[in-house]
Amino acid sequence: MTNNTPQATTAKEPLLTMRGITKSFPGVLANDHIDLDIFNAEIHALLGENGAGKSTLMKILFGFYRADAGEIQLNGKLIIIRSPRDARAVRIGMVFQDLNLIPAFTVAENIALFLPDLKAVLNPQEIDQRINEVSKRYNLQVKPQAMVSQLSIGEQQKIEILKLLLSEARLLILDEPTRVLAPHEIKALFGILDNLRKDGYAIILITHKMKEVLECADRITVLRGGRVAGSLLRAEASEDKLVRLMFEKELSGLKINPKSGPESPAPVLELRDVATNAEGAGVSLHGIDLRIHPGEIVGVAGVSGNGQRELCDVVLGMENCIKGRKFLYGKDLTNQPVQTMRENGVSFIPENPLTMASVPFMTVLENMALTQTWRYARRGGFSMDWQAVKADVDETVNKLGFTINLYTIAKSLSGGNLQRMVIVREMTHEPRLIIASYLTRGLDVQSTIAARQALIQARENDAGVLLISEDLEELFTLSDRLLVIYGGKIVGEFKPSETDIYEVGHLMTGSEVKHVTKR
Amino acid sequence: MSQSAEAYPRSNFSSWITNILARYTFMIVLAFLLFAFILLLSGKDPIQSYKDMFTSTLGSVYGFSEVLLAMIPMLITALAVALPSRVGLINVGGEGQLYIGAAFATWGALTFQDLPAWVLLPLMMLLGMLGGALWAFIPGYLKAIGLVNETITTLLLNSVAPKIVGFLIFGYWHSAMDTVKTANFVPAARLPTFFGTRVHLGLILALVLLALFWFFMTYTRWGLEMRAIGGNPQAARRNGIPLKKYLITVMCIGGAIAGLAGMSQVSGFYGVLLLNFSIGLGFMGFLICWLAGGEPIGILLMSFVVAIITTGGNMLQLTRDLPYATINILLAFTLFVVLARPTFFEGKKA
Amino acid sequence: MSLLSILGVLSSAIFSGVSLLYTTLGEVIDERSGIVNLGLEGVLLVSASSGFAVTVLSSNPYLGMLVAVLAGGLMNMILGYLVIHRQANQLASGLALMFFGFGLSALIGKPYVGAKINGLPRLPLPGLSNLPRLYTSLFSFDLLIYLAIPMAILVWWLLFRTRWGLGLRAVGENADTAFASGRDPRLIRYQALFLGGLLAGLGAAHLSIAYTMNWTEYMTAGRGFIAVALVIFSRWHPLRAIAGALLFSGAVAFQLLLQSSGVQVSPFLLDTIPYILTLLVLIAWGGNRKQSAPASLGRVYHGAE
Repeated sequence: MTNNTPQATTAKEPLLTMRGITKSFPGVLANDHIDLDIFNAEIHALLGENGAGKSTLMKILFGFYRADAGEIQLNGKLIIIRSPRDARAVRIGMVFQDLNLIPAFTVAENIALFLPDLKAVLNPQEIDQRINEVSKRYNLQVKPQAMVSQLSIGEQQKIEILKLLLSEARLLILDEPTRVLAPHEIKALFGILDNLRKDGYAIILITHKMKEVLECADRITVLRGGRVAGSLLRAEASEDKLVRLMFEKELSGLKINPKSGPESPAPVLELRDVATNAEGAGVSLHGIDLRIHPGEIVGVAGVSGNGQRELCDVVLGMENCIKGRKFLYGKDLTNQPVQTMRENGVSFIPENPLTMASVPFMTVLENMALTQTWRYARRGGFSMDWQAVKADVDETVNKLGFTINLYTIAKSLSGGNLQRMVIVREMTHEPRLIIASYLTRGLDVQSTIAARQALIQARENDAGVLLISEDLEELFTLSDRLLVIYGGKIVGEFKPSETDIYEVGHLMTGSEVKHVTKR
Repeated sequence: MSQSAEAYPRSNFSSWITNILARYTFMIVLAFLLFAFILLLSGKDPIQSYKDMFTSTLGSVYGFSEVLLAMIPMLITALAVALPSRVGLINVGGEGQLYIGAAFATWGALTFQDLPAWVLLPLMMLLGMLGGALWAFIPGYLKAIGLVNETITTLLLNSVAPKIVGFLIFGYWHSAMDTVKTANFVPAARLPTFFGTRVHLGLILALVLLALFWFFMTYTRWGLEMRAIGGNPQAARRNGIPLKKYLITVMCIGGAIAGLAGMSQVSGFYGVLLLNFSIGLGFMGFLICWLAGGEPIGILLMSFVVAIITTGGNMLQLTRDLPYATINILLAFTLFVVLARPTFFEGKKA
Repeated sequence: MSLLSILGVLSSAIFSGVSLLYTTLGEVIDERSGIVNLGLEGVLLVSASSGFAVTVLSSNPYLGMLVAVLAGGLMNMILGYLVIHRQANQLASGLALMFFGFGLSALIGKPYVGAKINGLPRLPLPGLSNLPRLYTSLFSFDLLIYLAIPMAILVWWLLFRTRWGLGLRAVGENADTAFASGRDPRLIRYQALFLGGLLAGLGAAHLSIAYTMNWTEYMTAGRGFIAVALVIFSRWHPLRAIAGALLFSGAVAFQLLLQSSGVQVSPFLLDTIPYILTLLVLIAWGGNRKQSAPASLGRVYHGAE
């Protein structure tokens, strides 16, 4: 692994330029007049947090989206990319986070499927030969006859790259490739990228990990809030600079008074050395020690995909831990099913209320009863006391200041209203522990404020709250204590007043530079 | 019903009913038109044929009673598919489950010949349900642990069940006179009939079951949880509803219902256990449930219509010299029309 | 248990099993593209009856065979339209097709019940001509029997050694990936269904024209469903289907053999063995990727959103 000085890049003409790319989705401006230059024989890192616009930009380049404005030029000539087919025709290839391989096929069959010049009658030896040639050249060791389902994620990724190379792509886009790789696999990947780069390929690496960027990139563009925050050569870059570009923002808005008074010694939730085993593209948790006290909001910062979902699932009971123990108010509830956790006062507000928490064709009222059916069942389960459900809901609704129509079908609610519905449901019956996962993602301003206030109310009622978020402002404002998760481990724990977004930013991106916090 | 009673605004009920009736009527009329075309091609007069069909079935008490009689197994087997479908299970195993249920019930009938009817019949019903539930347990379990899809397992077991029944008849139960059936059931083992027609108590059973199904799904806690699983299994799990338990239990209950259909056929209709007595009853139930969208009222209506078609088909054979099997074409057209979901009304999703 | 009786059993298994093999091969192709055809029974009946009818009318069994093959392809196209174009539920559509086949075949075949035809000519296995007549007649096979195993090999070659076959299998595993590779999953499924229907028609032709030389209602006796089970038993592989077809059709013959050698096992129970084996095979290999069903079998493909 080397840290090459880029070769005379300032003299070269870019292979591909994107100018003024603008793309908006309902409610959000994903790309705002973005300019990007990609050169041959370079690894260009696209750095930024979630929601900065990196994925959108690359999906436009690959033809999944059409930009609202802006143009793309290849070798100085204007090109129009309307679909992945067009992109492949100009030899742009992309490796996605969720790999596009067929598990029941062999490596060779997967690659053959995408070969543009595949003969009508297959010649297995010829295909194997071609694969071996390219894989040897770039150290992408694969066995063509191996079945994809037997391979690790790292090996599957190699096949995706091979697929691109064999279909003669010359601009390769890799979306967060190291998210699910082990350290030695990451090293191997960088070796491969280096070889490719030497051969003249242009590579775009989408990532949020500082270390990798500094290790292998020749050129770095930082996106923030849909705009280019800065673009620099490797020689000019440093961790500090990059973190500042990524996270520069003003913290404003809701200021709450930190809860005063002695901390109740007995924690609501305690995780001791919890570890989980990830399936497929998930992330394993290691050595998680976590304590949440009554009346405390514990925020968890991190770029999504670093174990947050697994953490929620372990606490809720959706996933079992292979190591460690879980306690609720001192009661050992390790590996108990979800129903038990809920009966003990655990609530969960997920990031996608429609797919994860509600039954779309049922009414709001019916959805309200789903988490606590035993409470409302009468006559041994033969009837449901809908009046009681209504009464409980009304009480919570008043406390929180929402308005909800109980008889609308869940499917027809807007995202914000749906989240409100879930919040009402999960806050009823005075939960002792609330797991809030990306609570305000995708919500409009009003719903966001309402949701955050609901959490504060819960805190007033002595509930413990685990708040997972990628919005640093939200975390700094609401948390009593702040944790940072990276690669399935807790890498930092602070009080918000003791730290700043840059230190947290460093930890979120895996950088280990010691940062002096400005006070 | 996909809604709980008080949790759903009342005002939509009447528009919902008219919507359904309009849909069904349209489908049926279209199918009949298509079949008329076939009749013409075979050189028969469609108008006269349809007249014959309707007068023979609806025009006389006897005809109507025959329609009701044909409806009985359809109602029950459709229900055996409808219940599991609420949690997202596809039960195509009704055929096999009803054979095993019939076998269990027959054992009861042959072994306890001295018991009075009011003891023997409920016993046979329980046996029938037990048989069907057992036959459905394996597919249910395999599905719950995520090993094999229940469609495949139920289909395979469908083929095994009639052979087991055949083995039992030939080996142990065959009557002296006839190797393809058992001895006739004693009168105590036969479901009583009504008013001199062949319509038997099974009809009451079927209607009661349908009503129970409707009540259960609409009002009870378990119905709510089941609908949640069917609507969004992942969310149901996150909300604390025990998925695996429901999958196995509901599959077994579906099997039990199909087993009851088997019992009702051998006890009410035939009075013996006959080799291969069911020609597609289980599949017919699947299709009726599917046509009806899994709704109890729909099941009632569609069973009625299909029963008219099959019973009326007899008449076509006698008077128009068409093989009975041709009535299947009319049936198939009805299905095709629904499957093809013509866009001028909101069709059902499969 | 004389040699003659064993050979007799073998011969009868071959005659009976060939139509099953063709049908199964067709269904393997269909299911590999992701479509289950529960209506095979109906498809077989329509092909058998129409092929037989044409043979009677034209006194030409080859013409009848051709018609049967085409009829199979067309019947499957009905399924294709419902399942691919209208995105209907595959199981219900298949069952509807089955009922349609029941009725249509009865209508087509009614005037020809009991008619006599000269079936396909039978040629003895080469090399047997020196044996006594008795043996030669047991092993005089018609054209379709001789073509059966080559056909299985052809289907294997088509699925595993051609570009089209690769695309077809990709569609059956993950239609979106197949689409991403530039293919049209809908078109491929139609092609698979048509080819599968042709093969099923061939199987039906053998049944009515070459083997029984007869037509009666429901004469396929469940072969359509047996084929579906057989596809599972062969784990979706054409070459394994050969053994499976012999096993499934041989069960009856095998039972006769056992009886004549004094072993009394109920023929019914023997008949269940193939299905139970299939079930066990499924359970044993349920977790294993390569031996299991095409991943998108039975799913509706919604096309590019």
